[in-house]
Amino acid sequence: MPAVSKGDGMRGLAVFISDIRNCKSKEAEIKRINKELANIRSKFKGDKALDGYSKKKYVCKLLFIFLLGHDIDFGHMEAVNLLSSNKYTEKQIGYLFISVLVNSNSELIRLINNAIKNDLSSRNPTFMCLALHCIANVGSREMAEAFAGEIPRILVAGDTMDSVKQSAALCLLRLYKASPDLVLMGEWTSRVVHLLNDQHMGVVTAAISLITCLSSKNPDEFKTCVSLAVSRLSRIVSSASTDLQDYTYYFVPAPWLSCKLLRLLQCYPPPEDGAVKGRLVECLETILNKAQEPPKSKKVQHSNAKNAILFEAISLIIHYDSEPNLLVRACNQLGQFLQHRETNLRYLALESMCTLASSEFSHEAVKTHIETVINALKTERDVSVRQRAADLLYAMCDRSNAKQIVAEMLSYLETADYSIREEMVLKVAILAEKYAVDYSWYVDTILNLIRIAGDYVSEEVWYRVIQIVINRDDVQGYAAKTVFEALQAPACHENMVKVGGYILGEFGNLIAGDPRSSPLVQFNLLHSKFHLCSVPTRALLLSAYIKFINLFPETKATIQEVLRSDSQIRNSDVELQQRAVEYLKLSSIASTDVLATVLEEMPPFPERESSILAKLKKKKGPGAVSVELEDGKERGELNGGGDRGGDAAIAASNASTPSPSADLLGLRSTAPASGATPSAGSLLVDVFSEAGPSATSAGVNDDGFLSSAPPTVASEDPAPPLPESDELLNKFVCKNNGVLFENQLLQIGIKSEYRQNLGRMYLFYGNKTSVQFVSFNTTVSCPGELQSQLNVQTKTVEPLVEGGAQVQQVINIECLTDFIDAPLLNIKFRYGGALQNISLKLPVTINKFFQPTEMAAADFFQRWKQLSQPQQEAQKIFKASHGMDTEVLKAKLLGLGTALLENVDPNPENYVCAGVIQTKAQQVGCLLRLEPNAQAQPGEQMYRLTLRSSKDTVSQRVCDLLAEQF
Amino acid sequence: MIGGLFIYNHKGEVLISRVYRDDIGRNAVDAFRVNVIHARQQVRSPVTNIARTSFFHVKRSNIWLAVVTKQNVNAAMVFEFLYKMCDVMASYFGKISEENIKNNFVLIYELLDEILDFGYPQNSETGSLKTFITQQGIKGQTKEEQSQITSQVTGQIGWRREGIKYRRNELFLDVLESVNLLMSPQGQVLSAHVSGRVVMKSYLSGMPECKFGMNDKIIIDKAGKGGVTNEAGKSTSGKQSIAIDDCTFNQCVRLSKFDSERSISFIPPDGEYELMRYRTTKDIILPFRVIPLVREVGRTKLEVKVVIKSNFKPSLLAQKIEVRIPTPLNTSGVQVICMKGKAKYKASENAIVWKIKRMAGMKESQISAEIELLPTNDKKKWARPPISMNFEVPFAPSGLKVRYLKVFESKLNYSDHDVIKWVRYIGRSGIYETRC
Repeated sequence: MPAVSKGDGMRGLAVFISDIRNCKSKEAEIKRINKELANIRSKFKGDKALDGYSKKKYVCKLLFIFLLGHDIDFGHMEAVNLLSSNKYTEKQIGYLFISVLVNSNSELIRLINNAIKNDLSSRNPTFMCLALHCIANVGSREMAEAFAGEIPRILVAGDTMDSVKQSAALCLLRLYKASPDLVLMGEWTSRVVHLLNDQHMGVVTAAISLITCLSSKNPDEFKTCVSLAVSRLSRIVSSASTDLQDYTYYFVPAPWLSCKLLRLLQCYPPPEDGAVKGRLVECLETILNKAQEPPKSKKVQHSNAKNAILFEAISLIIHYDSEPNLLVRACNQLGQFLQHRETNLRYLALESMCTLASSEFSHEAVKTHIETVINALKTERDVSVRQRAADLLYAMCDRSNAKQIVAEMLSYLETADYSIREEMVLKVAILAEKYAVDYSWYVDTILNLIRIAGDYVSEEVWYRVIQIVINRDDVQGYAAKTVFEALQAPACHENMVKVGGYILGEFGNLIAGDPRSSPLVQFNLLHSKFHLCSVPTRALLLSAYIKFINLFPETKATIQEVLRSDSQIRNSDVELQQRAVEYLKLSSIASTDVLATVLEEMPPFPERESSILAKLKKKKGPGAVSVELEDGKERGELNGGGDRGGDAAIAASNASTPSPSADLLGLRSTAPASGATPSAGSLLVDVFSEAGPSATSAGVNDDGFLSSAPPTVASEDPAPPLPESDELLNKFVCKNNGVLFENQLLQIGIKSEYRQNLGRMYLFYGNKTSVQFVSFNTTVSCPGELQSQLNVQTKTVEPLVEGGAQVQQVINIECLTDFIDAPLLNIKFRYGGALQNISLKLPVTINKFFQPTEMAAADFFQRWKQLSQPQQEAQKIFKASHGMDTEVLKAKLLGLGTALLENVDPNPENYVCAGVIQTKAQQVGCLLRLEPNAQAQPGEQMYRLTLRSSKDTVSQRVCDLLAEQF
Repeated sequence: MIGGLFIYNHKGEVLISRVYRDDIGRNAVDAFRVNVIHARQQVRSPVTNIARTSFFHVKRSNIWLAVVTKQNVNAAMVFEFLYKMCDVMASYFGKISEENIKNNFVLIYELLDEILDFGYPQNSETGSLKTFITQQGIKGQTKEEQSQITSQVTGQIGWRREGIKYRRNELFLDVLESVNLLMSPQGQVLSAHVSGRVVMKSYLSGMPECKFGMNDKIIIDKAGKGGVTNEAGKSTSGKQSIAIDDCTFNQCVRLSKFDSERSISFIPPDGEYELMRYRTTKDIILPFRVIPLVREVGRTKLEVKVVIKSNFKPSLLAQKIEVRIPTPLNTSGVQVICMKGKAKYKASENAIVWKIKRMAGMKESQISAEIELLPTNDKKKWARPPISMNFEVPFAPSGLKVRYLKVFESKLNYSDHDVIKWVRYIGRSGIYETRC
């Protein structure tokens, strides 16, 4: 490039800049700039002709002023004029100004594009380069439109100078990145690939950046580049350090090019051609070998360049993940770096090892470095390196070393840097859960975690502990004991109090036998922490107290005293006050049975992916904040302290028929009968909309109406029962409440209760439209012989249903004798003049009249044998359609109405139930046995269901009904 | 209360740093520098909150004075203190400049110790401060002198020492007003108010008792009530009375007496002091009227004509008149013609500045300018900032008149008649703008 001669130096510019630099204050600077701007404006006034030099000078000054942060709204025209100058310096300043200050003024853009076009078609390589640089710097859509076709031509033309080719390749890359749709692939693409063979290394380097970008979008079109890249790489790798002259950097031949080649290869799978692959493996081996050689220079640049290639090669090896030999060698090489003096190298080594650890070939090799990594975690000065070490420990953890790693991480946590503590906590929690062989170890670990780093334990972690403790019978006692001990520490973290409150509230009875942890001691211990806690925790503790009343009636007086105190019952926090008032009333009014039902032990949670894992993933992601917010919202429903729990509690007391789903802690449950009582309105809404998977039909939308009902089609024709109504019937075999039917107009909710041979059913007709239904009429009929088997009485409903309103209908049912069919419900009404006619089956099935019967094993088998006539038995073998979750199964069997008998069947996998069907005419004893073969592959799991009862029709019917449920 | 006080130069280097409370850490100094002095955007609010710490600053030429506190202090008090502090420093070493502050930093620390105690402002009366904080070397003070200082500083009248004697008892009284105006192009007053000060310089012997009277409406009405009706009262005084919106007094004024009798009586400090401040918004005499005429001729030319009219007694002379006519940002050239005074286009300020040395009342003068514009790419329209004006007139635009100032000294043998009194009125422009 032409050097700037002395005469080209702009004195005026230098003076101006030094003036600005000498300004004492901002005001002085602004004054000076205003003066200069006025001067330039008067110079740029149309009537004077300026020579190129002054134009250049003033444009330069404007540029300087702009870069100081002031607005420039003129001078663009002069800059464009400079573009057509023949002097390099003038052209350069013009392009500089345009690159920095271009704005989308259409007429100017046209002029600029014109000037660029002229320069591109000139033979002068410096001018071409200037134009290309300008295009790349601006990179706007207009430019891309104008030149996307031109640049590839320059790039692949035979007579283009090397330096121009370089610029063209990079310019094209920029345009492609900015507007990929405008850069069309064409015949030039294949010729671009051949640039890899160019003599000039600079061209190759520039081209490879372009190819890497292009091939990541269309890998197939550039497939041929793999072999070219491999051969180029092998030429470089095998060349002596002096071969490449200009492109040898501190004795390393073409390090940048090598890195780029290796990176390009990472876009593709391992080459299929054996020869190419062999050559590549050879290259990689050479690179690994070179790393072992003594350095040719002591300079840091030498080792940097060498290591850059090495790391790029290792990532390629990891990417291929197919050469065990190379992977192990890479791992060993990284192992050496783990103890390197250079912090950056240690960081990179740890980072690469993280990915190596996930490969099956090198996992073992990585594990050998565990001591070094643990040491790094403890002694590394730089927090980011420690973070990588923690990541690596997490990645290399498996069943064999989990205990050691978790212990090390826990002990490090006490001194860990604040910024990585939360992540560490999550990792420890996940590892402890994932590799827990022994759940008491898990509980210990997590409680330790809360003790050490309570502030960093997020909600998810302690939710998870609770979930696991509740789902595992075997650790509950241990957990209660450990928590009790942990709480005895004089200062314990609030999260510990939460876990403690929850677990003691649920399983305090398991340790109550020990006089050291008698109920009162437990209560006093919890209550001693009460005043130190935040409102949500206090709310949780209140719930724990009411559970105590249920578990240990002897504490009732003490707890009521606490609830009654002004600090609770008149608490300024509405949530706490409400809980106190409601619990106090509940404990004083409700009978022990009711109390026992309301405050029943939490049903097990459905198995699902650990929420902690999700949290960790999100934490790593870029949009962590927003996602976490959402996450928090979702968790809100889980949160025992959240207001939803309170809502559920109100709902429970409002409905006065305590539903197990409205559990006190508001935790998500598998409750089979999550009956939505529409009268409770939207209070129930959120609890149920989040209810577990088994509560399939109890979705409720915001306005308090039931919405996500069984998938029914709106039926307008007056034809008798909907085709789906049998299916609907099946949904209600094991539950009493839910949504029976829904279409665009109408929604029917159902709630029923049965006692002996009598039943009462509440139907809720919700008008989903804003228009009233007229001549609304419902009838219940018993077709055929059902008439003599079932006695159904209905009360008539109001003929008018206002828009958005809901009416209730009560149906009394008496079972005279056993039956098979279901009564029909016919609904007729006019909506906007059109007659609507809907027929449904009422979900009244024989099993509703079950009375559970508890009996001992001997008793059961005696009766089983008594009912041994072939017609008394009904048996079915069927495929499992819902998976074999123990808890879900149990819940369903209980929902059936029978008693689930534990420890009866010699095979613990099997389920055994007993019940008596109460009809007016007779009582039918019924025994049930369900045998799953859980060992089978999912999808092929089968059940064998056997029913024996004193009446053949009953056996058959119950068997049929039940077979649809699993 | 005030937690600390820092003084910076224009570069943000700390010249003076005095911390009064422990809750202010070292980093507060840097926080202010980084967030205010070196802020990317100019900070216009005098109060800045940074990390639960409040900074109050004033700027004097290139010097920043910043008060820092973590408590919820009365901001008005803090600024009053800062102004007072500036006055005190100015009376000790003249102009507040980096050089002067560096030369007097021992003195400044001494002053800061005296006028602020644990963040609570104390005596800031220059006169009495000068009796015990001096710039000279320490003179051996006698026991009597020391006890006199103590009794004065701790006594009821802390602002005046006893035993002052003058051969000539003299009294200077200045009424200084600044008049603020915003006027629409059509000549409609959009807002106008006068803020005034009564500044006195007294050289009186002994402990005189003074009584100050002015044509405040309430006082005159009160006086009028005794005898004739309001109308008659006015006619007897011969002058219009004025309505004062609010006023504040020097600490020497007996407020109880003012509250009960509306009379301003006081024992004056020795030397110069500000007796009172006041503000009026009604019946303001606007000394000048600006009539702007702006015409855009095409995209490249602007014609401006401005007429000013003086609106006071022809016998009076206004001085230091300066009219500032803003020009568009894309001005490329200006031609100015004016009848009187000198006018110049100042590119660095983007304005035409027209200066007239003197102008009598009831006169008018005009300027016309042709502004050439450079066409720009920006579609932004020129915002047309208002034309502003500066001047000085020898009367009080609020209409305030001093009716009397009586001096009583019972112990010494001089009477009210023996005191030589000087009264002067100066009206200055504050923000005096006319939209165009």
